[in-house]
Amino acid sequence: MPRRERRSVAGVEAVGAYTLLRLDRGGLDPGVPGQFFMLEAPGRLLPRALSLCLAPAGELAFLLEAVGPGTEALCALQPGERIHVFGPLGNGFRLDVERPLLVGGGIGMAPLSYLAGRIGRPPVVLGFRSDRHAEAAALLPEAEVVVDPVLVTELIEPDFDVLACGPEPMLRAVAERCPGAQLAWEAAMACGYGACYGCAFEIDGELKRLCVEGPVLAAA
Amino acid sequence: MRLLNASGCLDALTAPEVARQLDGFVTKTITPLPREGNAPPRIAETAHGMLNAIGLANPGRERFLAETLPRLHELKLPLWISVGGFCAADYAETCAALAGVEAIELNLSCPNVDEAADSAAEIVAACRRATTLPLYAKLSAAHPDLGEVARAVAAAGADGLSLINTLRGMALHPRTLEPVLARGQGGLSGPSLKPVALAAVHTCYAATKLPVVGMGGVVTGQDVVELVACGARDVALGTVLFSDPDAPSRVRAEIASVDLDEVFGTAHEASEVLA
Ligand SMILES: Cc1cc2nc3c(=O)[nH]c(=O)nc-3n(C[C@H](O)[C@H](O)[C@H](O)COP(=O)(O)OP(=O)(O)OC[C@H]3O[C@@H](n4cnc5c(N)ncnc54)[C@H](O)[C@@H]3O)c2cc1C
Ligand SMILES: Cc1cc2nc3c(=O)[nH]c(=O)nc-3n(C[C@H](O)[C@H](O)[C@H](O)COP(=O)(O)O)c2cc1C
Ligand code: FES
Repeated sequence: MPRRERRSVAGVEAVGAYTLLRLDRGGLDPGVPGQFFMLEAPGRLLPRALSLCLAPAGELAFLLEAVGPGTEALCALQPGERIHVFGPLGNGFRLDVERPLLVGGGIGMAPLSYLAGRIGRPPVVLGFRSDRHAEAAALLPEAEVVVDPVLVTELIEPDFDVLACGPEPMLRAVAERCPGAQLAWEAAMACGYGACYGCAFEIDGELKRLCVEGPVLAAA
Repeated sequence: MRLLNASGCLDALTAPEVARQLDGFVTKTITPLPREGNAPPRIAETAHGMLNAIGLANPGRERFLAETLPRLHELKLPLWISVGGFCAADYAETCAALAGVEAIELNLSCPNVDEAADSAAEIVAACRRATTLPLYAKLSAAHPDLGEVARAVAAAGADGLSLINTLRGMALHPRTLEPVLARGQGGLSGPSLKPVALAAVHTCYAATKLPVVGMGGVVTGQDVVELVACGARDVALGTVLFSDPDAPSRVRAEIASVDLDEVFGTAHEASEVLA
């Protein structure tokens, strides 16, 4: 069972249209890239699922897009405030690939920074919906970046082992082009550890718990 | 007082460390046939609560008995089996197939599937004929005369009551005004349920004096003390487990720090339940 600790906020910084939330790491294990943590969102009943974006010494950093009350509350945290953090959870990316290519769409770039660091500067392609969102690519300086209406899937060359995270239509397009790609999916989650059955996701034709089986799954 | 999980709010096989903090593990409701559950999204957060429309996802009676139950026994925890169905015979057949467990909880109140055709009392009576195991009837607080339902299931042979299940609710996307849940409506749980739970436990205990497993919005030790003050003998944790997997240990420590003699007066029945 992963640990759950109350950790304090080390920093909150804007990165383009997103927010980087840095927490002091305490006794938490950063886990494998693609794994996620459940973060207490102040004032909300349920914690929110976030993939680890960076693991600087002594810290855990998350890249957030404020899309609703929970992510807004997390982006509004101030240094020194403390929140409960539970993880790492789920199954991350397999790192033993021969020709990695990282593919990210929007906030889906979050786990790719940590992933790139762990597999030694692989090629990265990122797609964003605006120039302001694309500023977040600064976290992955080696990445090739496109902005709407160009689609990131157009940059995928054949014969790579694709590791991808992004919006569902992007992941479906990647799955179609790259059988065997490793894809990090999302589902609405209440618990993150298999307790609620809320995160139902179709896997091999059956609804299964994404937090237990995923969030990273091999494209069928 | 035994501290349990609420049915459907913990999987002891994926999180045994959480289950081991409890005095017993209650399974998710088992139906005769396997159920995949409802389409996602199945959960939505609300003000002070959440909605779920899981739809009784479960492996079905046969696979539960053959695969899940033996693995649950390995945890060496008292097991409560939550049983569901669509007519009295469904429930009774599952009850008849169970042995060597602490108790059976009859889920007579899931808001996420179509309601059983038979009345709560008919279902309890059929199960009473099928098993000698302790039978707890889990009721919905939505009934206009809950005390009457409690008396009817007591007369039909229930050994205890589990109170309460979720209440039907709905949440809309603020901008599109479309339902958040794919099924449209779901069951409300969490802190917003607590006053309803206290009233239901109070009413049903007064009506029957049966042992009650109280649940609904418990977050703290104080919530447990209040349910016991209303007549609960045991208490179950549900939604709180989603945000705090350490809730059972925390809640126990919080109860220990309450001065029971001060809140209940000396030698009060409730103090003995909590001691
Ligand atoms: C494994 C995983 C990793 C994630 N990593 C990141 C990340 O690194 N950065 C980031 O910004 N976002 C990430 N998300 C998405 C993030 O969890 C949601 O955007 C967030 O929960 C929305 O909450 P909200 O209150 O702001 O918005 P609302 O949409 O109002 O959410 C309300 C409720 O729905 C649930 N919910 C709704 N949409 C999602 C969703 N797509 N995923 C999970 N829960 C949802 C929330 O948990 C909450 O209970 C990740 C999701 C998952 C499942
Ligand atoms: C996600 C979820 C799934 C549930 N599944 C079941 C179930 O299968 N059977 C059942 O009797 N109750 C089920 N319940 C209801 C709980 O057991 C409990 O009665 C209710 O949630 C109130 O307690 P709480 O406010 O502490 O969560 C479920 C509740 C939730 C939130
Ligand atoms: S999020 Fe609760 S089971 Fe997956």
